Amino acid sequence: MIAASEHVRAQVGTDTELGFWLYLMSDAVLFGLIFATFAVMSTNFADGPSGADLFDMKNLAYQTALLLTSSLTIALAHRAAMDTHTVQAVLWLGITCLLGGGFLLLELHELSGFVERDAGPGRSGYLSAFFTLVGTHGLHVTAGLIWGVTLIVQLMIKGTEKRVLSRLNRLSLFWHFLDIVWICVFSLVYLPELM
Amino acid sequence: MHEKSSIWIGFALAVFLTALPFAAVAGQWLAREATLWLIALAAIVQIAVHLHFFLGIGFHRKHRERAISLLFASVLLIIMVGGTIWVISNLYLRMT
Repeated sequence: MIAASEHVRAQVGTDTELGFWLYLMSDAVLFGLIFATFAVMSTNFADGPSGADLFDMKNLAYQTALLLTSSLTIALAHRAAMDTHTVQAVLWLGITCLLGGGFLLLELHELSGFVERDAGPGRSGYLSAFFTLVGTHGLHVTAGLIWGVTLIVQLMIKGTEKRVLSRLNRLSLFWHFLDIVWICVFSLVYLPELM
Repeated sequence: MHEKSSIWIGFALAVFLTALPFAAVAGQWLAREATLWLIALAAIVQIAVHLHFFLGIGFHRKHRERAISLLFASVLLIIMVGGTIWVISNLYLRMT
């Protein structure tokens, strides 16, 4: 253990949580500005396809259902870990990672389909903004998945120790935050085009 | 932090508030304008549901710093996002 270990241990809990919360707020500003860029670019099709030509309601519904359910399972994983039910916590976290992985697969499938139909990010201002927005969200989900898998391993080795709990707590904040971003994505980007 | 019952209540509300705009779009219940308002309203309420039931934002003392920093971030977002859209759409109108 490093020398600062005791000091670090004393900070785990409220301080690290608030710090992470402040990071989430700055991430919210980042996403807000990407949304603003998207709004500005939303009619610049350059004679290319619009969202109405590309989006698929079924795919969107599946993606949304996966992400929404995963925000339930991570809350249950956190709850189980708080109650020191390690096995349950690992199971719920595993399900969360599977649901998040399913979401990412559907997203990759959708985006690669767009690129194949000559509707990649280079096609128009609209599509550049769309790929930036959805891609940034997808990258965040990927980071959350790596984090989740790491925590599963840590839970299995260390159990529901204080630091592991604190990490799980922050992952659950991160994951719910990503779900909120996704609410904005399907409400502002997808659904208006699918009417 | 979260009681099990509040997790399930939050999830049930979120499912309802997601299914509502999807059904309205798929079933074409309302006129275009009204559907857009419904989507916006459902999204805002659902964000509030997530913040309250999953992220622990509320009127209690425990997470006051979170609520204050959220408020600050919201002010920044309104200025930057609103300002961007205002300025650029104004410019767009002048160019057409």
